[in-house]
Amino acid sequence: MKQYLEEKNFKQGFRKDVERLSKQKISNCYQCGKCSAGCPMAFKMDYPPTMTMRLIQLGLHDEVMGSNTAWYCVSCETCTTRCPREIDIAKVMDTLKIMAQAGKYEVSDTEIPIFDWIFLKSLQYTGKVYELGLIMTYNIISLNPFKDVFPLGLQMFLKGKIALFPHFINDPVAMWEHLEMFSKIHKKQKEKIRETNG
Amino acid sequence: MARIGVFVCHCGTNIAGVVDVKRVAEYALTLPGVKYAIDYKYMCSDPGQNAIIEAVKEHKLDRIVVTACSPRMHEGTFRKAAERSGINQYMSEMANVREHDSWVHSDDKEAATLKAMKLMEMSVAKVRRSEALSKMYATVEKRALVIGGGIAGIQAALDIAEAGHKVVIVEKDPSIGGRMAQLDKTFPTLDCSACILTPKMVAASQHPNIELRVYSEVVEVNGYVGNFDIKIKKKASSVDNKKCISCGVCTLKCPSKRAQSEFDEKIAPRKAIYTPFPQAVPNKPVIDREACTFFLTGKCRICEKVCPTQAIDFNQQDEVVTEKFGAVVLATGFDIFDSNVYGEYGYGEYKDVVTSLQFERLINSSGPTEGHVVRLSDKKEPKNLVWIQCVGSRDESKGRPYCSRVCCMYTAKQAMLMKEHYPEVNCYVFYIDIRAAGKNYEEFVQKAQNEYGVIYLRGRVSKIYEKKDKLIVRGADTLSGSQVEIVADMVVLANGLEPRKDAKSLAQLFHVSYDQYGFFTELHPKLGPVETAIAGVFVAGACQACKDIPDTVAQAGAAASKVLGLFSKEKMEVEPLIAKVDPLVCSGCETCYNVCPYSAIEMEDREVSRGNLKHVAKVLDSVCKGCGACVGACYSKAVDLKGFSERQVYDQIETVTQ
Ligand SMILES: Cc1cc2nc3c(=O)[nH]c(=O)nc-3n(C[C@H](O)[C@H](O)[C@H](O)COP(=O)(O)OP(=O)(O)OC[C@H]3O[C@@H](n4cnc5c(N)ncnc54)[C@H](O)[C@@H]3O)c2cc1C
Ligand code: SF4
Ligand code: SF4
Repeated sequence: MKQYLEEKNFKQGFRKDVERLSKQKISNCYQCGKCSAGCPMAFKMDYPPTMTMRLIQLGLHDEVMGSNTAWYCVSCETCTTRCPREIDIAKVMDTLKIMAQAGKYEVSDTEIPIFDWIFLKSLQYTGKVYELGLIMTYNIISLNPFKDVFPLGLQMFLKGKIALFPHFINDPVAMWEHLEMFSKIHKKQKEKIRETNG
Repeated sequence: MARIGVFVCHCGTNIAGVVDVKRVAEYALTLPGVKYAIDYKYMCSDPGQNAIIEAVKEHKLDRIVVTACSPRMHEGTFRKAAERSGINQYMSEMANVREHDSWVHSDDKEAATLKAMKLMEMSVAKVRRSEALSKMYATVEKRALVIGGGIAGIQAALDIAEAGHKVVIVEKDPSIGGRMAQLDKTFPTLDCSACILTPKMVAASQHPNIELRVYSEVVEVNGYVGNFDIKIKKKASSVDNKKCISCGVCTLKCPSKRAQSEFDEKIAPRKAIYTPFPQAVPNKPVIDREACTFFLTGKCRICEKVCPTQAIDFNQQDEVVTEKFGAVVLATGFDIFDSNVYGEYGYGEYKDVVTSLQFERLINSSGPTEGHVVRLSDKKEPKNLVWIQCVGSRDESKGRPYCSRVCCMYTAKQAMLMKEHYPEVNCYVFYIDIRAAGKNYEEFVQKAQNEYGVIYLRGRVSKIYEKKDKLIVRGADTLSGSQVEIVADMVVLANGLEPRKDAKSLAQLFHVSYDQYGFFTELHPKLGPVETAIAGVFVAGACQACKDIPDTVAQAGAAASKVLGLFSKEKMEVEPLIAKVDPLVCSGCETCYNVCPYSAIEMEDREVSRGNLKHVAKVLDSVCKGCGACVGACYSKAVDLKGFSERQVYDQIETVTQ
């Protein structure tokens, strides 16, 4: 974290953007810490949820968008359930991810979005996750080709948890419906991006 | 022909900033009967009032209209000005163009000006038909009723009694004392609660002017300031207090094991015949019929057999008496927030999660464990204790957005006491902000941290769960930005305060207003902190807002002084704006008699012409509140309100609909 904050970095437009898109009143957060206290992923996050709320309140978008916080959120909604000020924090985390995708703000260099992207692509083309393809593509793109290959990958392969070839949806009608769904999702995604940047 | 003067106030820029006051005054001069109109910066100031007085004299005005703020604010001021100018005070009217106009229509000056003109015109129409009324007086019953025998009620009663007036304290429990009697030591001085409270309880019970009515409740209220008629129900205690010598043998021998002590916050059993605590005042037991073996099964009567003075009376009935009082002080105090609402803290499920009041009983040397703090599950001494603040305070999602004001302080107190009794224990406090704004309060909390070594963690707790015989407390410390996990032996919830469950229904009996939670609403948040909108009814203590003992005692003294102010008069001026029946027109149908909510109508046989008796209605001046229900109901138009006649109201409606 920065040791001192300069007033010129207080971008209230960023706060308003997050509030508009998430429909949550982040200024309501009084920093009680209850969301961070219960978050199962906080140990991985650059800033725990409470601090993320504070950074958004101040409009420090470089810190927020540059952090891995939202990407580690698993949408368990513990925070949302507990927040005494009725802020849907998980929704805010989602919103931050959408904003990152929309490219309006510079984003963090975490690899999680890359993983998410490959995961969805694999799902789209085969209908079922193709683990081997996923692992290999991810390892190559993230420039870490032998990550988890030995012994974990090998063990899983030997136990039959990782197949050599992808499984496809065999029923053509089901496959058609599946592709249809993805095109809907893409449309929705474009809408979201337009909304985010608009 | 009426000669009316209209006085248009600017109220600085409050009104004049929006309403074109000059135009209002000019328009007034065009209205029939208006002989004089001016606008002025502050009508309520001395020069403003003098301008009214001079204008009345110079222009021979016989009635006035002041176009200004709410009558609640200044009706009295301008009535007095009218009186000083030589006209009857009821020949003055106000038009509220501030609260009803300039403040709410500041975005449309033209419309606001037109509305101000209309409001003024309506008041002119009304005053045109005003009649001179003479003041009325009522006697004052110099006897006060205090509802609630906590420290607030006791203090108010003592102050009133010391000044020489009779006071009755109605307390629903078998003893006075309230919450303070349950506490161990008190912040910010750590003096023992019982040591400072019991002398007051005894003083109240022995004072010749104070009468205690414990195990009693108010069930009905009639009348008005100076003359309340109040019904009080005394619940059957099944003990004849005149015979009882407080020996306690009945309690000792009672075999019933059904009930949990309310006074000990249900962490200890109590007998069916009991006094809530040893120093109870009065020290007379009562039988809880829901726990008594005899009342439940028809067999037992052991207490009756062992009582040396035959004081047990199983046939005793509830008694209801109606008495007259001149003033009432509401002092019903508070309950603590229901811990069960926080499912994540496991109260009720985990025995070692306790409420703040339970902790007070545990650490109190006259409590069920004689001051030994032990876990309720296995009676072992805890080594690690955690306090969680704001349980039911500052929490919108639980419907309690307000700060309860005392929890930061009593948490520090309890943690300190714990450290004092057991120096080797660890005390952790989860807080959001520390609110310690009283005299010596901040120093007190600092002492807890610096001298006693209580560890403060800034964050709310998310969850508590049990692991073997420990409680795992998962919280956060936002100052270091970390999650915190504490393996605790005992968790104390610092519950927030809320009004008693029945506070709303009590308020309704008195027509006193209350907020959404049930705290009684004072007359004015700054300038009327102990009065209510109902004359003669005052508030003191935690029933009005969350308060600690010093503030409660101060407010109780203030309420007592208001009661004494009322009692200092032999007679009290009351508004003559009441109903009046014209016996010649009245047909004696009794409709008004039936609709009057205050029983202010009496039917009588009256001589209307020589030798002719007629059955007609009559208004009891001192009982009528001027609500006008009879006026609306009368088929014959025989009854009208003085100062609010039907003709006046119709003229106003006509003006506005023209
Ligand atoms: C855990 C805890 C610790 C505290 N510690 C401190 C401390 O250390 N120092 C401090 O200054 N303050 C402390 N307080 C606050 C203190 O308890 C209150 O300020 C004080 O008790 C308020 O007094 P009261 O008379 O207004 O209300 P109460 O004490 O609640 O008394 C009200 C009385 O009215 C009676 N009553 C209620 N309804 C009716 C009815 N309808 N008819 C007849 N009678 C009725 C009740 O039975 C009760 O006897 C503490 C509070 C808590 C919860
Ligand atoms: S929803 Fe996300 S931020 Fe909230 S508690 Fe779960 S992981 Fe943490
Ligand atoms: S729980 Fe709600 S109020 Fe508390 S820190 Fe998190 S977002 Fe803010």
